[in-house]
Amino acid sequence: MARTVTPQKKILNTALSWTLAIIIFFPIFWILVLSFKTEGDAIRTPIEVLTSTWTLESYSIVQERSDYLKHFTNSIIIALGSTVLGIIIGVPAAWSMAFVPSKRTRGILMWMLSTKMLPAVGVLYPIYLIFIELGILDSRTGLVVILMLMNLPIIIWMLYTYFREIPAEILEAARMDGASLTSEILYVLTPMAVPGIASTLLLNIILAWNEAFWTLNLTAAKAAPLTAFIASYSSPEGLFFAKLSAASVMAITPILIMGWFSQKQLVRGLTFGAVK
Amino acid sequence: MRQIELKQVSKHFGDIEVIKPIDLQINDGEFVVFVGPSGCGKSTLLRLIAGLEDVTSGQIFINGKDTTQLAPSDRELAMVFQSYALYPHMTVRKNIDFPLRMAGLDKNERARRVQEAAKALNLTDYLERRPGQLSGGQRQRVAIGRAIVREPTAFLFDEPLSNLDAALRVVMRLEISELHQRLGSTMIYVTHDQVEAMTLADKIVVLQAGVIEQVGSPLDLYHNPKNTFVAGFIGSPKMNLLSGSEAEKLGAHTIGIRPEHFTIEKDSGLWEGKVGVTERLGSDTFVHLHCPQLEQAITVRADSTLSVEYGEKLYITPDTDQLHKFDANGLRSHGQT
Repeated sequence: MARTVTPQKKILNTALSWTLAIIIFFPIFWILVLSFKTEGDAIRTPIEVLTSTWTLESYSIVQERSDYLKHFTNSIIIALGSTVLGIIIGVPAAWSMAFVPSKRTRGILMWMLSTKMLPAVGVLYPIYLIFIELGILDSRTGLVVILMLMNLPIIIWMLYTYFREIPAEILEAARMDGASLTSEILYVLTPMAVPGIASTLLLNIILAWNEAFWTLNLTAAKAAPLTAFIASYSSPEGLFFAKLSAASVMAITPILIMGWFSQKQLVRGLTFGAVK
Repeated sequence: MRQIELKQVSKHFGDIEVIKPIDLQINDGEFVVFVGPSGCGKSTLLRLIAGLEDVTSGQIFINGKDTTQLAPSDRELAMVFQSYALYPHMTVRKNIDFPLRMAGLDKNERARRVQEAAKALNLTDYLERRPGQLSGGQRQRVAIGRAIVREPTAFLFDEPLSNLDAALRVVMRLEISELHQRLGSTMIYVTHDQVEAMTLADKIVVLQAGVIEQVGSPLDLYHNPKNTFVAGFIGSPKMNLLSGSEAEKLGAHTIGIRPEHFTIEKDSGLWEGKVGVTERLGSDTFVHLHCPQLEQAITVRADSTLSVEYGEKLYITPDTDQLHKFDANGLRSHGQT
């Protein structure tokens, strides 16, 4: 029996949903507004902000002062590099845990997850020293490696969940058909897990793109991605609201566009196997 | 020489011994059926031969070569799974072609063999479809096609018909039997259905709790069961197994009488019974009788023209030439044919 929904309830639900959506979206909207204002207008009262003149001044100053394209390229390389490397390592790892589990598989999975519960700052000092020792401080290689390691538990967990949905008999059939381990993973498992692998890829690109702790602490000038680009405009006194907003808009636009276009895939992957 | 030989093969899962040391020889061109109740280890035995499970002890020889430690892909066997296990992302053509591609055959040869297999299995019109667009029977045919293209040493079937409806099962049973006649290849087939076992097999291996109870031709098992388990398992409806004073009168601890080996009369006979359920199959009628002397129900095959009512009194007399006698351990008594 379907639940009955009265018109009043419908109106109330709609109003509530819109209020929530507006509250969540407001900060992004306000950043967008401030980015088109002068520094002087940006710190006035909200009404004055909205009625003052619109300008692209902040964008041109930001572009003049720092090289957006360099930061953008760094972000792309770090996000893509760490994710692809993570998938390459994660697929075989998840394969073995899903299809040839041992007594310790469960424990290893939980242990990997527990590393995500550790505050990152707790290991900053040793990692910083290791980076100096290896000479990869402020390098894209260093960031690709550290972000890959930080997201690897999530990658393996996600892939493991998707692989568990694939009937083991199909992989056994491949083995009987003469497939080697590599062929089995390449021609049978991976194509069947494409929705899962794709959403793992997308989610991790987003996570790596937005990662700020390690990118801020381990870079200076050369390897700095867009997160460092935004941070360079923040000051304790809050003097550069307009430029900070312009930098933020420039940094989040690419990932927002990617997220928008891939949301269908992302949702499909995240709910993969939820309903048989 | 396409022969498979098991020597003292056993398998443990943890502390549980699912296969006790087994010796078995499967000859070239033989159709061997492993049959037994669920959990008897028949599927495990098949998977040990396939290499999908590792043996705990013992050796497996295929074509005279010790393959105990070889990977499944190196054993030159093909397998048809209960769930078909087709590759859902590949078309029928690619599914059948997959083993050939893995074997590294050249393209023309592969195309020729796929075409040939598709023709033999009536799949030519479906080659560009994906498994999801096929019916159960067609999927099963694709699975068989994938197995035959590689021309393996032997075919392994793991309950291949269990997912099909009853009518289709009979059709596919005939197709598999015909395939065996045509290819003349060695086949090992696992089922829990003794009718499938009887109709398909050259040789039946009856398993119970990880032990081979008896190996023999279908009729051999039917007429000369070695023990009460085989006697009760082979044949449909089941053989009547009686113990107690009536069995002792006939000179055995337990006697077995098949439903067709009774004479039925309305006025006199050895045992008196009350008619319970009657099952009319058209050609035959099976009557379930409750006999006070025997303290158990007896199944009797009667002519289809027999008319009896529920609760009616009937007399039955077993055919003494057709009695199966078993000792206290359930083993067939000596001195019997």
